[in-house]
Amino acid sequence: MRILIKNGHIVDPSQKIDEVGDILIEDGKIKELMMQDAGYKMQDRKIKDHESDSRIIDAKGLYVLPGLVDMHVHLREPGFEYKETIKTGTMAAIKGGFTTVCCMPNTYPVNDNASVTEFIIRKAAQKGYCTVLPIGAITKGQKGKELAEIGTMINEGCIAFSDDGHPVMNSLIMRRALEYSKTFDVPVISHCEDLTLSEGGVMNEGLMSVTLGLGGIPAEAEQIMVFRDILLAELTGGRLHIAHVSTEGSVNLIRDAKKRGVNVTAETCPHYFSITEDAVKGFDSNAKVNPPLRTERDIKAIKEGLRDGAIDVIATDHAPHHRDEKLREFDMAPFGISGLETALSLSLRLLEEGILTMNQLVEKMVLNPSRILRLNKGAFKVGANADIAIVDINKEYRVESERFVSKGKNTPFEGWVLKGMCFLTICKGKVYEW
Amino acid sequence: MLTNKDLLGIKELSVEEINLILDTSAGFKDVLGRDIKKVPTLRGKTTVNLFFEPSTRTRTSFELAAKRLSTDVINFSVPTSSVVKGESLIDTALTVQALGADFIIIRHSSSGVPHLLAKKLRVSVINAGDGTNEHPTQALLDAFTIREKKGKIEGLEIAIVGDIAHSRVAKSNIYSLKKLGARLRLIGPPTLIPKEMEVMGIDIFHNMEDGLRDVDVLMMLRIQMERQGKGFFPSTEEYSRNWGLTLERLSLAKDEVIVMHPGPMNRGIEITSEIADGPRSVILEQVTNGLAVRMAVMYLLAGVKR
Repeated sequence: MRILIKNGHIVDPSQKIDEVGDILIEDGKIKELMMQDAGYKMQDRKIKDHESDSRIIDAKGLYVLPGLVDMHVHLREPGFEYKETIKTGTMAAIKGGFTTVCCMPNTYPVNDNASVTEFIIRKAAQKGYCTVLPIGAITKGQKGKELAEIGTMINEGCIAFSDDGHPVMNSLIMRRALEYSKTFDVPVISHCEDLTLSEGGVMNEGLMSVTLGLGGIPAEAEQIMVFRDILLAELTGGRLHIAHVSTEGSVNLIRDAKKRGVNVTAETCPHYFSITEDAVKGFDSNAKVNPPLRTERDIKAIKEGLRDGAIDVIATDHAPHHRDEKLREFDMAPFGISGLETALSLSLRLLEEGILTMNQLVEKMVLNPSRILRLNKGAFKVGANADIAIVDINKEYRVESERFVSKGKNTPFEGWVLKGMCFLTICKGKVYEW
Repeated sequence: MLTNKDLLGIKELSVEEINLILDTSAGFKDVLGRDIKKVPTLRGKTTVNLFFEPSTRTRTSFELAAKRLSTDVINFSVPTSSVVKGESLIDTALTVQALGADFIIIRHSSSGVPHLLAKKLRVSVINAGDGTNEHPTQALLDAFTIREKKGKIEGLEIAIVGDIAHSRVAKSNIYSLKKLGARLRLIGPPTLIPKEMEVMGIDIFHNMEDGLRDVDVLMMLRIQMERQGKGFFPSTEEYSRNWGLTLERLSLAKDEVIVMHPGPMNRGIEITSEIADGPRSVILEQVTNGLAVRMAVMYLLAGVKR
């Protein structure tokens, strides 16, 4: 099988490619890369459209990007297949332009041992549309008490560790995790939340939570733990990655730490730079997410952090839930946003706003997560896997959750008109069009 | 005319709508003073009290108001319902609607539940208290009582004392009294008054004596015993010593001050018996007015065009 992508605007910051050209793919690998200003002419190509095992994709006016890497998703399998499965979650990823996703361990059973890791890897190989890389639990049962068998899980395919959603409150255990993980050169991903301060909270603490009578989660609940973990990373030299940064204070703490040379990286999610706590008005549980949606001021700081590099990564924290779970008392509805199918469009808004260039966006959504996780992905090099997202940045569409391929229809962006979407994804030698 | 089929909160009401409810309540108060206290206005309609939280006075008040308007009333309370069998809130509400209810009076410990039901149901949803969000009919009956006693609300100095943070009564009263032009003060320990309230243009006093000076209306809130031990204040005794209303403290307010309390009271803690039973107290009149206000709300909602 040969695929020729012609006339697309190819972006690969790792090789400083940012120009129109063609990519020839053979058997799922990149065979040739031809740039137009190298004097090459289309008719020179050997591939012909009538060859039965070949295909020509006209990418004129479109961007050809390396397949996106999402280092923070919840695929819910095993255990919560009614919310999402590896099959449906990876299909949603492909639709969103992602060719690699890293799934968090809060499944049932928890991915805190090699057999669960092995199950996920095997299931992903059988049913997954894109590459699935599991993130193992830091502690057994995500209980924050005893370290899980990190080394053994790495052997089965885990690429990072996190007790996501169940932050390690015990500072000694967190210290040990950061120390021990150095053996394997893997990052410890921290969901920063001081549970004693956030207790009973279901949204950002502020005028809006007071007005709605909903329990507030102060920004400090995040920042205290961001600072604690930075100090522990400094103490141990371990590799710390801060998940879903939502506050101005966190951005500042991370920026300062980086200046001091601390081994810390950070991600944010599209909802943290797109919407504020205002989305909770009317008690819309689709806007219930942890950490909570914050304020305009936080959005501004997060954008600045993305611009100046304090924040390395845009991840989705794709957290699909069943409709019935969200259709309940706000207090009882689970936290989370189904994000894979809107992430790219929302991130492309940063280009229009002049916050990021396309090159920088590719860094945030491909190269940086790949570098942090040592994945060696994102470069259009001969012989590399052809993980490609072809993106139409001008295509407008209305977000309709009923058309999500993810089982999770929980989005606060319902009805939004967004500009820019993935036109076609190539992964594992297959072409997916929407 | 009211514009919404539901009464979800004071936040959602305009000044005109609040005044309409208060004016209509005056008419129903006349009815309640008659020998025959029942009117046929809503005969054939059905009211369901859907209470997910224990309540005696609000539920009874709504029940009686509904009966005075000649509607049929069903009380649906949690221990006897299928909620304990794990039925979802929405299913319970849909079932009640399918039984032919015209009004659902809802009380729930989670903020926003009336709003969720209002979106999903055709019937009129009346909020009888949701979490720490609102308790609109309490604020309406309080406004009615103040207006009756003082002849006006605009320009009055009104102080609310106690656990503002967890009080839906305080929230609804803040919205309504601000809309009606009163000057508001909140009095209590900083742990029980969200600092964000200052942004709303309300004066905050942590010292009871400072806050009481020259007030026209004093609203005392029930201090919930379960707050003790959660770090909001060290003990009810200490709370009472600092923020309990005594005759001595009351003398700092205007001579013609009225003292209100939504009930149930903790006598000797937030308010002394001398004051609760004394000449400045309008606490029992609040209860009576509650009936008239709830009748007015149901009457007006029944007239909302669908």
